[in-house]
Amino acid sequence: MALLEVSGLTVSFPTPDGVVRAVRGMSFEVERGRTLGIVGESGSGKSVSTQTLMGLTRGAEVSGSARFEGRELIGMPAEELRRLRGAQIAMIFQDPLSSLHPLYTVGWQIVELIRIHEPATTKAQARKWAIEQLALVGIPQPDRRVDDYPHQFSGGMRQRAMIAMALALQPKLIIADEPTTALDATVQAQILDLMARLQREFDTALIMITHDLGVIADMADQVLVMYAGKPIEVAERRELYYRPHHPYTVGLLESVPSTTGAKERLKPVPGQPPSLLRPPSGCAFHPRCPYVMPKCRTDVPPLMGEEHLSACWLPLDVVGLGPEAARRRTEESS
Amino acid sequence: MSLTDASAEAEHVPEEAPAVRGKGPWRLAWERLARDRAAMVSLGVIAVIVLLALLAPVFAAITGHDPQAQFPETGLTPEGLPVGPGSDFWLGADSLGRDLFIRILYGARISLLVGLLSTLLATVFGIVAGMVAGFYGGWVDGVLARVLDVVLSFPYLLVAIVLVAALGASVPLMIFVIAFFSFAAMARVVRGQTIAYKEREFIEAARSMGAGKVRTMFVDVVPNLIAPVTVLATLLIPTSIVFEATLSFLGLGVDPRTASWGAILADSVDFYRVAPGLLVFPALMLLLTTLSFNLLGDGIRDALDPRSDRLLPGK
Repeated sequence: MALLEVSGLTVSFPTPDGVVRAVRGMSFEVERGRTLGIVGESGSGKSVSTQTLMGLTRGAEVSGSARFEGRELIGMPAEELRRLRGAQIAMIFQDPLSSLHPLYTVGWQIVELIRIHEPATTKAQARKWAIEQLALVGIPQPDRRVDDYPHQFSGGMRQRAMIAMALALQPKLIIADEPTTALDATVQAQILDLMARLQREFDTALIMITHDLGVIADMADQVLVMYAGKPIEVAERRELYYRPHHPYTVGLLESVPSTTGAKERLKPVPGQPPSLLRPPSGCAFHPRCPYVMPKCRTDVPPLMGEEHLSACWLPLDVVGLGPEAARRRTEESS
Repeated sequence: MSLTDASAEAEHVPEEAPAVRGKGPWRLAWERLARDRAAMVSLGVIAVIVLLALLAPVFAAITGHDPQAQFPETGLTPEGLPVGPGSDFWLGADSLGRDLFIRILYGARISLLVGLLSTLLATVFGIVAGMVAGFYGGWVDGVLARVLDVVLSFPYLLVAIVLVAALGASVPLMIFVIAFFSFAAMARVVRGQTIAYKEREFIEAARSMGAGKVRTMFVDVVPNLIAPVTVLATLLIPTSIVFEATLSFLGLGVDPRTASWGAILADSVDFYRVAPGLLVFPALMLLLTTLSFNLLGDGIRDALDPRSDRLLPGK
């Protein structure tokens, strides 16, 4: 049994303009101690689906199933779910400055977290614990910095503090929602290293949400690509990076700017993300797909394959990047 | 930087490096307020007024003039007009030969008492109503918001007159009437702030860490209300004081015999030509008090929100 098993999750938000179908059938598994990368562009439903697991989406209509250690999270009583949050499943958010309470010291916030879940802990014990956590994530002089306010921390230190909080109760699963987007590239690399190291140390499972394939290139065991509220390709990391099947994944990988200095033009994925109020018929990607076939406009492709799953009507063996793969795709689609 | 560099650098750091202590947000706000000259002068004026109000019985003993006592022999001229300022009656006497200075001091007690207590009441009710509306939303918010609209659109002076006419003038009634008409403004501000803050990321982060609803309301939302509530409360005090003076001026406030700035001003109407002090001194006190509280409120707002630009009109 996997640590987290999500199947057929849908999340819809009723709005005055109609029902926004933010997640339209999400399924994935995370094993203990492993890392799943969820990649997708803005509005593809990656954050909404994980927030729903935590019971943090208000006013949403949710269906489907999400089992954490065999316990169903969807429809779990609020109090039970509250006790799970922070202790068993922790979250790290995108912007650490707005996720830390500006009026309390960093240490106070860690102490409170510990005492919410471990009421037997004394203030002094919790404070010692908080200092140890800050030391663990590489905050210099943790015994002093523990009394600092978030605005006195640098961006990288704030995210380290958030990681310290997330890890404080040694949760079995951490959901990191674009944890490095608000940081500059150097700090980003340090934070990713830190997360990978601590994850190994504590054998924590990690769901890493990002729009940047580079962020999870070294970390993820498995990568799931989302588009318009659905997973469209799921594969082991190397498989996905070197032998992508879905034209959207190919587009994402080819749009990553090269850091080796080659002066090529960027290749953007043409078009715009689809409206989730009225998703396109058939395959949601078909209006933007260079290899669109008649079938794509009418029939929704299911996730097909054994280990390497892809929701695309192109033959499963047509994989890879570059002109040769593009030629084969064009051939197959015409 | 290599490892050896790092250890070499570590040696340069003195053993007893002076601890750099961060300043908390309240400390920073206080320091900004302390630099605001207008606010500090206002604070000083308020302190003096409070001190004078507290010491009113002492001055009454020094001059030997009880605030209610009439001195037709010394306080009135042979023609029956009030005497002017002098060594006996420091600010002169009123039309009944009572000591104006002593009455102004006792009036300050009423003004401050009514101003502070009604503001306190309005603040407590306002916070409760505003937070409940903002936090629960839905129909609770709908009902409360409409109630606030109704309160704010009441012709408050008329209501106050009717209430006093029906129940008789008294200090507690006046405090309740003033609090009732000022709590709506407080509730609106608190409601708006609560709604704004409950959607903020750190509230969501707190919830993602297992904090319950009531807990996030008190631990995470309330501290953010302190700044706007403090500012508004400071500005409500002078409004309440003026409201009290208005009611007393109309004879609807405190018992007419009790000294109150509004009542003294009402008495002066027939005599200000012969005894301008009767009009000038209480009006000056009223002006000084309300102006000081207003300036202090402005200063507190600037201190709590350093980004607010006082040069911009309308801010």
